This record gives sequence, structure tokens and C-alpha cells, in this order.
Amino acid sequence: MTDSLLPFAVFFASIFTGNILLTNYLGMCSFLSVSKELKTSTGLGMAVIFVMATTTPLNWIVYQYLLIPFGLEYLRFIVFIIVIAAFVQLTEMTLERYSEPLYQSLGIFLPLITVNCAILGVSLFMVIREYTLLTSFFFGLGSGIGWFIAIIAMAGIRQKLKNAKIPPGLEGPGITLVIAGFMAMAFMGFSGMIAIS
Amino acid sequence: MANKLLRKTFMEPLGKNNPVFVQILGICSTLAVTNKLQNTMVMTLGVLFTTALSSLTISLLRNYIPSRIRMMVETMVIATFVIIVDIVLKAFYPEMWKQLGPYVGLIITNCIIMGRIEAFALQNKPMLSLVDGLASGLGYAYVLLAIAFVRELLGTGSLWGYQILGSWWTNWSIMIMPPGGFFVLAIIIWIIREKIMKEAKND
Repeated sequence: MTDSLLPFAVFFASIFTGNILLTNYLGMCSFLSVSKELKTSTGLGMAVIFVMATTTPLNWIVYQYLLIPFGLEYLRFIVFIIVIAAFVQLTEMTLERYSEPLYQSLGIFLPLITVNCAILGVSLFMVIREYTLLTSFFFGLGSGIGWFIAIIAMAGIRQKLKNAKIPPGLEGPGITLVIAGFMAMAFMGFSGMIAIS
Repeated sequence: MANKLLRKTFMEPLGKNNPVFVQILGICSTLAVTNKLQNTMVMTLGVLFTTALSSLTISLLRNYIPSRIRMMVETMVIATFVIIVDIVLKAFYPEMWKQLGPYVGLIITNCIIMGRIEAFALQNKPMLSLVDGLASGLGYAYVLLAIAFVRELLGTGSLWGYQILGSWWTNWSIMIMPPGGFFVLAIIIWIIREKIMKEAKND
């Protein structure tokens, strides 16, 4: 594959073959607790897409131009979290100030996102896989979309399950994990479509 | 009296208040490495170290942290311990470090650690918080080790890298792939919850 196509390959791979939730189990906490309703899931999913697509390239810049020159790579965990938290806080304040409807639909989910492991995970994967700036952006965007697809699919299925009879011990998180397992199996069908590590 | 309290603090997270199957917390970072017993052991030890020591540290500092910025302070303390784990692994077990990849760093966002600090360490004395953190880490560790045990045994027929099952065994390769982790965790949660419900009924 030519280098110019790599960002797009990474983009599709991060949605389908390497879905951050279904193959790496990242972002499970909010996935399990929020996926009860389609509306909240959509809001949270959108917020995740936005934050991933913006913080991943941002962290790339910080890592390449601040941490590497000063030899502080080992501080990346702390620095990435600070960047993510600061960015999320800023976005929330901006939204609150300038766009009321957008704040209502997106802003209220932003604080939840700072502690979402998937966001930090994407930044850490980006460092390990040595992506370029453009590829990092597409990787962040794709992972966000992948997470979004997984959570709305889960919310849709759980809404249909409301009237189903489930063994009492399996109710709640148990059945959600079983469904997630089936979804992961379905997504395994995509593997081999795009070969990327 | 003091001993009784310590005992209770220690036993609860291991049994009826287990962070994984009762509160469903913190499975994100570690579930991904449960396809091998060895990796899981290293990861859970990392989590154990971080929960215990960050609970202790926060508890020591609890009267000096302004409540408005406590989240930030907590994250910094947790991140410091995770960085120690990361550096130690990188220095002494570079192979293991490579295999675990980003997951060591993700211990920071493990909800159990932050959860125990918020719920326990901010209100309790240092010794008690250390015990609580230790017990939560242990409660977490044995569930994940159980998952890894099942996944590695069924998925590859081996344990800790040694072949256990003979050539008659057909590997359930689904077990070492992502869906296996979801299914095994779901089944473990199911069994434990049924048991807890039965006990609650009998009481």
C-alpha cells in the first residue's frame, strides 16, 4: 500500500477491523452504563467522536514537539491526560457560552469523557504505532466513529430487550456483555478486509 | 475493635462488594490482556500496586487537598505510580512491556482506583485506606486471573505458556479472540450474581 493511502486505511481499519471497543475493550465503563437509551448514547457517541478526533492530533503535536525534544517521553501519561482534560474543559466552556442547543445535546457528556479510557487509549496507540499527524487525526476520527457505532447498536438492541425474559443473574451488565460478545463476533467478519496492525 | 474494622475492610472487596462483578468497574484496561495468564498477572500486579499506594497517598494528603481540585490531584498521584510501574517493566521485563503495549498506561483511567479513592480514601485513615486499596486490587485480580485461566486453557490448551492439554484438544480459538473475553466475563458475572441472590434470599 502506498503511503498516501495509509491514513484512509487506518481510518477504515479503526472503525471496522480494529474497533476500539470491540477488539480492545476500551471505554467499557461508560459503554455498559450509558447504553440503556438511544438518545443519551447518541449524545455521548458524538462527544467521543469529537474529542478523539481533536485530542489525538493535539497529543501528537505535544508529544513530537514538546516531550521528545526534552526527553520526557515517560511523562506522556500525565501530559496526555492533562491535554485531554484541559481541552474538554475548554470545549465545554465555549459551548456553554456560545451555543446553548449544542451544549444541551453534547456539552453535558463532555465531563464524562475525560475519564473514558478509550480517549487516552487512542493517544497511546498513536504513539506506539508511530503514526504521522494526518494518520493520527484519521485514527482518532475512525476510532470515535467505531465507538459511536458500537454504542448506538448496543442501545438499539437493549431497547428491544426491555420486554425479554432474562435470567435474573444475567440482567444488566451480564446480558450487555453477552451482546457485546456477539457484536465483536460480527465485527470479526470484517477482519482481513484491511490488513493493518 | 480496630482489628475487626480492618478485617471487614479487607474482606468486603474480596466477596460481596467485589469491584468487578458487583460494581462492574475497571475492566477496560485489563480485559484486553486476559488471553494470557502471564500478561494478566503482570497487569493485575500493576493495578494492585497502584490502587494500594495511591489510596495510601491520597489518604495521607486528604486534609491538605482543596476539594475543588481534588480530581486533578488524584489523577496526578495515580499517574505517578503508573509511570513507576511502566518504567520498572520497561527496564526489567522489556519483552513483557512490549506485549502489554498501551495497556499499562491505561491503568490510570481504571475506574476502580479513582472509585476507591473517592469513596474511601478521602474519608479514612491511611492504614485503613491502604488495606482497602489492597483488598480492592486483590478482589479485582482474582476475577481477572480466573478469566485469563479459562481463556488461555480453552483457547490454546496451555497455562502460563506450558502445554497442559494433549494433542487431542482442539483449540477454541474464539476464546483468545476479543469475543471470548466478553463471554467469559458475562458467564462469571452470571454465576456470581445468581449465588449472591440466593444468599440474599436465604438471609
